[in-house]
Amino acid sequence: MISRRVFMKNGGLALLSLGFAPAFLARTVEAAGAARRKILITIFQRGAVDGLNMVVPFGEREYYAARPSIAIPKPNDPEGAVDLDGFFGLHPRLAPLKPLWDSHQLAIVHASGSPDGTRSHFDAQDYMETATPGVKSTQDGWLNRYLHAREHASATPFRAVALATQLPRSLQGLEPALAIGQIGQFGIRAGQATDMVQASFESEYAAAADKVLNRTGGEAFDAVKMLKSADPSKYQPENGAEYPRSAYGDALRQIAQLVKADVGLEVAFAEAGGWDTHVNQGSSAGQLAARLDDFSRGIAALARDLGDRMGDIVILTMSEFGRAVAENGNRGTDHGHGNAMFIIGGQNVRGGKVYGRWPGLAREQRYDGRDLAVTTDFRSVFAEVVRGHLGVADTRGIFPGFNDMKNLGFLG
Amino acid sequence: MGMKSLLARALVFAMALPAAAAGITASGPASAVPGNPDDKTILHVLNRIGFGARPGDVERVRQMGLAAYIDQQLRPDRIPDTQMAARLSSFETLTLSSRQIAQDYYVPAQMARRQAQLAKKDAGNDQNPSDAAKKPRTPQEMEMARKQREVVVELTEQKILRAAYSDRQLEEVLTDFWFNHFNVFAGKGPTQEYLTAYERDTIRPHVLGKFRDLLEATAKSPAMLFYLDNWQSADPNAADMREQRMRPGGRGLFFPRPPQRPNQNPNAQRQKRGLNENYGRELMELHTLGVDGGYTQDDVVNVARAFTGWTIDQPRQGGGFRFEPRLHDSREKVVLGHRIKAGGGESDGEQVLDILAKHPSTARFISTKLARRFVSDTPPPALVDRAAKRFAETDGDIREVVRTILTSPEFFSADAYRAKVKTPFEFVVSAVRATGTEVTDAMPLAQAVRQLGMPLYMCQPPTGYADRADAWVNTGALLNRMNFALQLVSGRMRGIEPGAGPVSAALANDVSPATASTIAKAGDPKQVAALTLGSPEFQRR
Repeated sequence: MISRRVFMKNGGLALLSLGFAPAFLARTVEAAGAARRKILITIFQRGAVDGLNMVVPFGEREYYAARPSIAIPKPNDPEGAVDLDGFFGLHPRLAPLKPLWDSHQLAIVHASGSPDGTRSHFDAQDYMETATPGVKSTQDGWLNRYLHAREHASATPFRAVALATQLPRSLQGLEPALAIGQIGQFGIRAGQATDMVQASFESEYAAAADKVLNRTGGEAFDAVKMLKSADPSKYQPENGAEYPRSAYGDALRQIAQLVKADVGLEVAFAEAGGWDTHVNQGSSAGQLAARLDDFSRGIAALARDLGDRMGDIVILTMSEFGRAVAENGNRGTDHGHGNAMFIIGGQNVRGGKVYGRWPGLAREQRYDGRDLAVTTDFRSVFAEVVRGHLGVADTRGIFPGFNDMKNLGFLG
Repeated sequence: MGMKSLLARALVFAMALPAAAAGITASGPASAVPGNPDDKTILHVLNRIGFGARPGDVERVRQMGLAAYIDQQLRPDRIPDTQMAARLSSFETLTLSSRQIAQDYYVPAQMARRQAQLAKKDAGNDQNPSDAAKKPRTPQEMEMARKQREVVVELTEQKILRAAYSDRQLEEVLTDFWFNHFNVFAGKGPTQEYLTAYERDTIRPHVLGKFRDLLEATAKSPAMLFYLDNWQSADPNAADMREQRMRPGGRGLFFPRPPQRPNQNPNAQRQKRGLNENYGRELMELHTLGVDGGYTQDDVVNVARAFTGWTIDQPRQGGGFRFEPRLHDSREKVVLGHRIKAGGGESDGEQVLDILAKHPSTARFISTKLARRFVSDTPPPALVDRAAKRFAETDGDIREVVRTILTSPEFFSADAYRAKVKTPFEFVVSAVRATGTEVTDAMPLAQAVRQLGMPLYMCQPPTGYADRADAWVNTGALLNRMNFALQLVSGRMRGIEPGAGPVSAALANDVSPATASTIAKAGDPKQVAALTLGSPEFQRR
């Protein structure tokens, strides 16, 4: 074991390892010369965000008829939607995303969703994360299958990271992936005995016959060593970026931190909850507005903080399904079907446009007579990101059983 | 863990093979409980029907007999457990009714907050509540808020203390199991005011009783009525019932997370209420039939219609269940092919519960979940079949279903041994037990469980927490477990006195050579304990 050595210097950051020389660091050194890898950041809006109040079809008369107390007013109203193209507008609390739209970095796919009709959060999230709607037996998540398709020798323990206390379904599978609640807390804490205790635990897990714990333990100790070198405690966001003070905002800030630390991040995952607005959803202000405020300020801060690096990054947002067109009896919305997804960043994102065929909101145009119909399978959106941004030509293995993929053209 | 590695370990430590090979004896014709169990088998039982072994537990169970121990645990009402009552005697809220809790703990905090809000409004009208929230709170407001928090704090401490020290270990395991099955989230609205009563009166008395009783108790509990919104679900054609609503002024208090603001539009306030499908759906998907249990969207709507009018009496004052005919959709419903006649009133919902409790999908779904809790993440189908059969023939007698599982050959098989990864709660409590730790303040432990990803009473989705290894084994959480082990034995956690207990007994000395030699090299007893509690072996039960 090498006792002290500077492994690499990249982007102004020195990776210093004290006492450890894990194999992956050597691989990182090799990789450092190569072009920077593309990064995908996914944000899951768990609980089914109301896509119709997020990306508002203010040009639809039916929209206002169905939502007497919760509709977002038209753009000419002071509390109205932020006009995008004369038909769609952003919820006013998504205004921080408007500059990204104007600079063609934000593309939206509306009326997207699952071919499966389930209105169960749990099934629908599972279907979205495995990207096999209707099939419950799928073991791995789609992001993990992407990682598998692009296995490479210079992969680091930080190749795939969820800023969450539990590893999401999307990242579960054959390829190693990390779940980190707080990167500053990541490591063994035993005061002066830390090195000794860490080595002891490491040898216990290295020898464990228990495959699951053996593998997870190994990944954990590799990652600890690497992160220690990157010293995340000194992080300062750049370009005046201000993250919202929430668990979600923290997660995004830490993703930026990992990106800039050049620790080999390729796929990141964050999530935001509180979208299940059955009761008192609110309109331009209120419950959903507060959540959208957090959501949009987080993304805006992340894009600002990452600056030029956004050229190599795509942020993709998703939610398991949308909500019913009509408001319910409690000034909320019940579980629905179609929804809207955001694609942000990337050199070749053709933003400033709402993609997908708009099915209309009249009763006969709705799914089951009640919900926004799905005209774009969410897997088409995923696949286009995998193809157009991440550069995998053949996505069949990542999206098994998906045969009518459509190219929307939001990635050039 | 495979049979081979088990054998290897048994040889290394000159231990006898566990369970599977042991003689099948007494305790009923269908029982596979070994008559002369080894340490590992006894430990297996202590790990599954309870929260692990304390120093001396294995020997105590051996003296008593394993079959007798299991029988005893199946009848918690016959276990005196007087020391538990003594431990909990200093808590003030655990025995209070929801009405008392609302009056003494929540209403005062609400009043203090409202007064403070009014004062702020006078000082300068500020429409943005997030700005208002930034203003410093008055001392009275803070004191009342602190008192309000005591309710959930005491409940949380109680849960940990019971799991760690109660002699009714199986009852604790099942209280945790059923609460999680019928999950409610303390962060949603006034659910938390009802949480103490929910666990104490709705869940606990039925954990080994009839499933149908448990189901109805949850259906009528204000905690569930709030959590899944049924309390305000109404026939869209029913009369305007705006007096039923909580007045907007009180909402800020009752909805601490996520912030749900009152609708400012007074006209909206007067709109008629309507059907809310949330409870109807989760009742079938999560509480009874399971998602593949054979129901349709039409069934969801019909079930929701049947439960209209199941609401709460005086919801802001801790009131109980009430059937409100004026909210009820009295027309005919058809649920899973069963016709529920028009005009049934409150009995509509009861008929739905009958239909669901008797449905074969429910017997299978519940049996599968119980078998997953007690045996393995992928329970043997033959065992699930037998448990479901027992469920059907005993009219959903949970005690008999659990007995079938706990005395089955599958439960005692080598495949089941250490097949389960402990949840964070199980891990933390079992560590306390293994070390013989004395806890006077359980909140640091609750904090640890939260950091491990399982905040108690704070599971937001109605699924409850997962009971499978893949949900809990990940790098970050694993490191946190090792850190908790270090912290627990350090003696530096407030209100926690680590015991000198023989930790290795908690693993029946059945550890890998690497773990054994690592522990042998440890510098002091604290490190020995930490390296044991943080070891791969201790993460399983």
